[in-house]
Amino acid sequence: MGHLFPTGVVSFLGGGLLMGLGLVVMYLTLGVKAGASSFLSSTLTYVTPLQAERGSRQWRLLFAAALVLGAWLYAAGHQAFFVTAVGWWRLALGGLLVGFGTRLSSGCTSGHGLCGVASFSRASLLAVAVFMGVAIVTARLVLLLGVTP
Amino acid sequence: MKRLLSIALGGGLFGYGLAWSGMTRPEVVLSFLQLRNFGLLLVMAAALVVTALGFRLAPALRATTLLGLPFSHEVKQMLPGTVPGAVIFGVGWGLSGLCPGAAVASLGTGNGPVLIGLAGMFLGAWLQGMLAEGRLGRRPWPRQEAG
Repeated sequence: MGHLFPTGVVSFLGGGLLMGLGLVVMYLTLGVKAGASSFLSSTLTYVTPLQAERGSRQWRLLFAAALVLGAWLYAAGHQAFFVTAVGWWRLALGGLLVGFGTRLSSGCTSGHGLCGVASFSRASLLAVAVFMGVAIVTARLVLLLGVTP
Repeated sequence: MKRLLSIALGGGLFGYGLAWSGMTRPEVVLSFLQLRNFGLLLVMAAALVVTALGFRLAPALRATTLLGLPFSHEVKQMLPGTVPGAVIFGVGWGLSGLCPGAAVASLGTGNGPVLIGLAGMFLGAWLQGMLAEGRLGRRPWPRQEAG
């Protein structure tokens, strides 16, 4: 097992568990399945004529703020502040494709990957298989080209 | 007020979990996508067990949520954009190691450069919205009936 999980399993299982609890809290209180990527579209309705996800824009923006706060609490409590070494052009181009693709697909790693699969959606299962497969091929290709990390 | 506290707790737990699991670090996500560390699968599995139980049990035990609101029974349906969108998202995810929730949470860990990724995401979502709402072409793209 060690070679599959060279950094151990505790942080992955513990972090995943808390993420699941967070989604359950959102469902038990607001009744919503809180995928993250709709936040992009819903926030755009504040500053553009776009209408998609307008009805949920308030809780989605607050949810995003809470994500930042939760991550800050972890980083502050564990001296785990971190700045990525991934190049700016990969963040910019990758981000552009992530924004376009998740909204075209109506879901992301949390919307399809967690909320969709947890609701036994066949469309979400297929979406996850596709984006994970494509991402693995892409990341391996980038690595092969000698671009790190 | 109860609504605000609920969102703070739900989003706070999700963000804390993202940071603890390392998913806020593009390097950790990329280490999975490069098939060097399979921890991301454990994150998804642990989160999925809890989420699936909650989504299933909550509406079985209660008629409305703790705040008296209706439960969403949304199950994502196959749409014309589902698979092409997943392909495009996959290329972006593999290139950057960023996905929307983790990128937002990453701001809380002091990861300044992720702002570049988030700016890209808003631009991409804006472009998709303009096409989907027919504001760039003569009609909406893609046509949104279920496929």
